[in-house]
Amino acid sequence: MIVLLFFTVVLCERFEDLQSRVTGKILPPMIIVKDVTKRYARAVAVDQISFSVAKGQIVGFLGPNGAGKTTTMRILTCFLSPSAGTASIAGFDVLEQPFEVKKRIGYLPESPPLYPEMETTEYLRFVGKLKGLSGAELEKRVDYVCERCFVTDVRTKLLGKLSKGYRQRVGLAQAIIHNPDVLILDEPTAGLDPKQINETRDLIKGLAGDHTILLSTHILPEVEQTCEQVLIINKGKLVATDSVRNLQARARDAESLVLEVAVRDGQPDPLTVQQKLETIPGVSRVLCSDGKDTGLIFEVQSQKGQLVRGDLARAVVASGWDLSELRPAARSLEEIFLQLTGGEAPQP
Amino acid sequence: MRNTWTICGKELRSYFVSPIAYLLLTMFGLIFGFFFWNALGYFVIEGMEMQLRGQAFPMNINEQIIRPLLSNVSVVGLFFIPMITMRLFAEEKRSGTIELLATSPIRDIEVIVGKWLAAMILYACLLLFTAINFAFLFHYGKPDWKPLAVGYLGLLLQAGTLLALGTFISTLTKNQIIAGAATFGVCLLLWVLEWTSGYESATWATVLAYLSVITHFESFAKGVIEVKDVIFYLTGIFLGLFFTARSMESLRWRS
Repeated sequence: MIVLLFFTVVLCERFEDLQSRVTGKILPPMIIVKDVTKRYARAVAVDQISFSVAKGQIVGFLGPNGAGKTTTMRILTCFLSPSAGTASIAGFDVLEQPFEVKKRIGYLPESPPLYPEMETTEYLRFVGKLKGLSGAELEKRVDYVCERCFVTDVRTKLLGKLSKGYRQRVGLAQAIIHNPDVLILDEPTAGLDPKQINETRDLIKGLAGDHTILLSTHILPEVEQTCEQVLIINKGKLVATDSVRNLQARARDAESLVLEVAVRDGQPDPLTVQQKLETIPGVSRVLCSDGKDTGLIFEVQSQKGQLVRGDLARAVVASGWDLSELRPAARSLEEIFLQLTGGEAPQP
Repeated sequence: MRNTWTICGKELRSYFVSPIAYLLLTMFGLIFGFFFWNALGYFVIEGMEMQLRGQAFPMNINEQIIRPLLSNVSVVGLFFIPMITMRLFAEEKRSGTIELLATSPIRDIEVIVGKWLAAMILYACLLLFTAINFAFLFHYGKPDWKPLAVGYLGLLLQAGTLLALGTFISTLTKNQIIAGAATFGVCLLLWVLEWTSGYESATWATVLAYLSVITHFESFAKGVIEVKDVIFYLTGIFLGLFFTARSMESLRWRS
């Protein structure tokens, strides 16, 4: 009877598994954060943050310095306890089952946790042992992560003697040594040179899929290039959660152009040009930026979907002025980010 | 258990790849060597005086050399213990490696015991230096080895208590100097507490004197294992490590 029951349960589980694979049903999220708050003696570092990350995703955690990124990550890695709210990794609560959570995460703190008196491989072996690896498997993983994180040429060097770039990579190698489900990386590219940054980004992208990755940064292009999803945090509050594509689309909604008119002998007058530009249909706003001696620079905002570049050019030329530059303003995530974090209300 | 050894091995390695271990061994070797030389000198002079006076006072290596020397070691140890324990947690906190330990699937107690064990082993290495000196006594005389063994046991137990307290103090700060200075203060206090018994017989004085780690060593120096003294030290070790565990846990709530 019991055996029968057991088989039924196993069969059911199998079936569900199969079903989810066939129908592509979304698996439960790997990281779930719900109303997490962290209060320190004098300040609230994280204020009722909620988000979730699906399996295999790369999520960028974006915010100015001191916004609460590190605190949130520390809560997820069981280094800190939340003052309120719950967080779970792979279905295990960080407060109830920290042991299970720790087994499943790889964590690279802001400064890589390296022991200066250890050699690279020795250190990786030590970390591997702490994470529960041993014997031939440990050696295999050490070789693998050395290769994967490009630290093979410093295998026998003392960690204290490594350059910042190598330290960061050894830190990353340390985080993935036990092949964790979830990777939590706190500013993984901080302090690296541009070439290393690119390598590290590629490395992180390569790790996605098998691993769910949450990485924090205050550098915007990094998010645009590496992540699929962005969480923007400011002063402990989550101000936006969206996919990178949506955010970029949002940034493109209102087109913004930069227009420069050449100036000769104090002509033309900025006000005249501005008034002229404002009369063009489709133009919603014209701002006069600081002009140079040789030209006047305007920022022209147009309504969504209106193509005004041709009209602008014609209007300028028809008025007898010289058009020296006309280009789309670089409106990227950067602006959205500033809008969201700068205290300025986002425009509708 | 395996994790405890991993941590212990790592700590021992960092003691022995840095100058710390060698510095402590050298200093301890020098100081103890000086004590030993003096004790031997007095012993020889006393022996000659006895012969000159024609007295047949029994000379005893155990009572006249080993016992006072062991008592000296127990006091000198107080000065070395802060230097052993001060870096244990303070250094990890300063360099951020504590984040690695605290986010690895190991128990706090495994980390704590591993570190304490490494400190104990380093202290045992210091004691080995004294054993080299004592070996000469066995070569030229016939001391009883049993009181000496009991003395060593007592030294290890006493050091265990102080090392556990030092480990605890090291979890309280990021600054090694602060950890070292505070441990040193506590060690000294635990030594001089016994002085109260010299002039005061009230209960508080007795209690204070009883708390002194040195009073409990006297029986071991004599070569006697007193259960109450063993229990005192074991309680000390347990309390020290227990406080360390509490302190480590509280890091998750404070910091």
